[in-house]
Amino acid sequence: MKEKFEQIALEKEKWEQGPLAKILTKAPERPHLPEQRIYTPLDVDTSEEHYVNKIGFPGQFPMTRGGQPTMYRGRLWTMRSYSGFATAEESNQRYRFLLDQGVTGLSVAFDMPTQIGYDSDHPFSEGEVGKVGVAIDSLADMEKLFEGIPLDKVSTSMTINAPAMVILAMYQAVGEKQGVASQLLRGTVQNDNLKEYIARGTYIFPPRASMRMTADLFAYCKDNIPKWNTISLGGYHIREAGATMTQEIAFSFANAIAYIQQALDVGLDIDDFAGRISWIFTADINVLEEVAKFRAARRLWAKILRDRFGAKKTSSWMLRVHCHTSGSVLTAQQPINNAVRVALQAFGAVLGGTNSMATCAFDEALSIPTEESATLALRTQQIIAYESGAADIIDPLAGSYYIEAMTDKIERDAEELIEKIEKMGGAVAAIESGWMQNEILNSAYRHQISIEQGERTIVGVNKFTGGDVSNVNLTKVDPSVRDVQTAKIRDLKSRRDEAEVQAALAELHRVAESTENLFPATLRAVKAYATLGEICDCLRDVFGEYVAVKTI
Amino acid sequence: MSKTIRVLVTKPGLDGHDRGAKVVARALRDAGFEVIYTGLRQTPEQIAAAAVAEDVDVVAMSLLSGAHNSLFPRVVECLKEHGAGDILVIGGGVIPESDIPFLKEHGVAEVFTPGTPTTVTVDYIRKAMAERGVK
Repeated sequence: MKEKFEQIALEKEKWEQGPLAKILTKAPERPHLPEQRIYTPLDVDTSEEHYVNKIGFPGQFPMTRGGQPTMYRGRLWTMRSYSGFATAEESNQRYRFLLDQGVTGLSVAFDMPTQIGYDSDHPFSEGEVGKVGVAIDSLADMEKLFEGIPLDKVSTSMTINAPAMVILAMYQAVGEKQGVASQLLRGTVQNDNLKEYIARGTYIFPPRASMRMTADLFAYCKDNIPKWNTISLGGYHIREAGATMTQEIAFSFANAIAYIQQALDVGLDIDDFAGRISWIFTADINVLEEVAKFRAARRLWAKILRDRFGAKKTSSWMLRVHCHTSGSVLTAQQPINNAVRVALQAFGAVLGGTNSMATCAFDEALSIPTEESATLALRTQQIIAYESGAADIIDPLAGSYYIEAMTDKIERDAEELIEKIEKMGGAVAAIESGWMQNEILNSAYRHQISIEQGERTIVGVNKFTGGDVSNVNLTKVDPSVRDVQTAKIRDLKSRRDEAEVQAALAELHRVAESTENLFPATLRAVKAYATLGEICDCLRDVFGEYVAVKTI
Repeated sequence: MSKTIRVLVTKPGLDGHDRGAKVVARALRDAGFEVIYTGLRQTPEQIAAAAVAEDVDVVAMSLLSGAHNSLFPRVVECLKEHGAGDILVIGGGVIPESDIPFLKEHGVAEVFTPGTPTTVTVDYIRKAMAERGVK
């Protein structure tokens, strides 16, 4: 029951008509501000019932205040640094450096050809090898990537989608060579292809084949790699492509509902896999809105899992959030300013209760990070963790009229948008028709226009420009990486057991045409040193390739 | 004689980041140009063929993956091979300042880096086309 607070309402009216009205006639407020200037108990439900049912306690339904009972007082969030470039050997050096600096989990960036299932020597790979991530052509590269890094001691997050199964099979095989049982492996594959069609673009196969591969990976991991997070659903990429905060939650949740339905349809029990679903959201720069977003998302997710899908385990209701600070708000102008933006974004994500985080380096609007800029990005997290005090109290902004009102509003808006998508036939239908893509573009365009018309100020871009004295050193990837990789592939193909490679690929082809789980056949091909491109070509032959809807 | 300026907006290479390309495409369209968007993963050969087939005045490329030094000049070469070397070629994306002189030497008329207002690109195209007698 919402209290009426009659006296507060009266006092508010007096204040609005008195001192507020008086000053507004003399000194109007700055333009382009949110409509509501102040929040009071009138904007929130202050009843005991609301607290118990909608806010509650951390680690309990509805998870608004956090996923674990002790939150950062028990264990700080996992601190990652998204990195990978050039060859596996060079990236391995960077990972070892980062581990020495105190990262608590690795986050692997793959180059474009790897993400799209082409070997480095493929004509389409020209110019792209090792540029935005590390080039992985076969298990041999993966062995080099993790050389000297015991896989039972580290949690590894891998940004890989269409070929997620192939890369995870390689990871399992590396573990076996190190003597680490697959049951001990910890980490995440992104494995969220739906958002690739709408936002990130590294799709290979059509949606329905991708959905099958996602569900097959869920099923395989349940029995064989039980500690692995089998999907990391991307709200991040949707938001970075231009979506609003509400769209970030609603579109990614709608995608999640589609994956869950697929997994239920192949016979899995919700509590068998829901606890291994993880998320990646943006940590954007509007600190307070972001705090409310994380809280609203946790609450809405818990409700969907418990009430819609009937999940019974507490761990199934928990929204496991990795966040990445927003790359799209970083500016190429006065790039050192980005270090401050990243600090604010990271601070908001911590106040919002993220479980894991990767911070952008300040030079990322220009190039991939240097060792120095990557270190500063990590130090930013460490300063927040150990010096700011923000990690010492659980959900410290709860009870703020504004935060609670925003949490309610974001949850409500996202829920409505999810219902709208359901009425269209769900996420897959909304993607196939191009609807989601167009909605994201509309938001992106409005954002751009608001900057160009000065409604939104970006320091160093449309205000306080000039005086850019920064002299930033950039990482340059040697263009010979492609030649190095090409030579490695040639050498590999001359040494491997070709009969086993062909037999493994023939088996994979057969399984792809059936409804059997694809993982074991993929693992066999990987262990035979079939290349990533060979494996993906085999699957392309059966599944075909996705043809994009072109919206502008 | 005046005709509407026709622009092919395209994404060469494997990069999937198309927010910039689509926002620019829409801004060019709102500025009155005829805009054709190719979608992702276009090879230089495909881009040149599309530019010729669509009879465009401008090819506008967007790339954030770092492959610009390889792919932008290849597009210029392919246009020449198709007898369409007169098409204005421009580019944008995450491109370090230090790479811009190289790209210009290889036939890319202008490069727009992050933060460029869409109006700057629109004005640039208008001016360049006016000099060529296209409005």
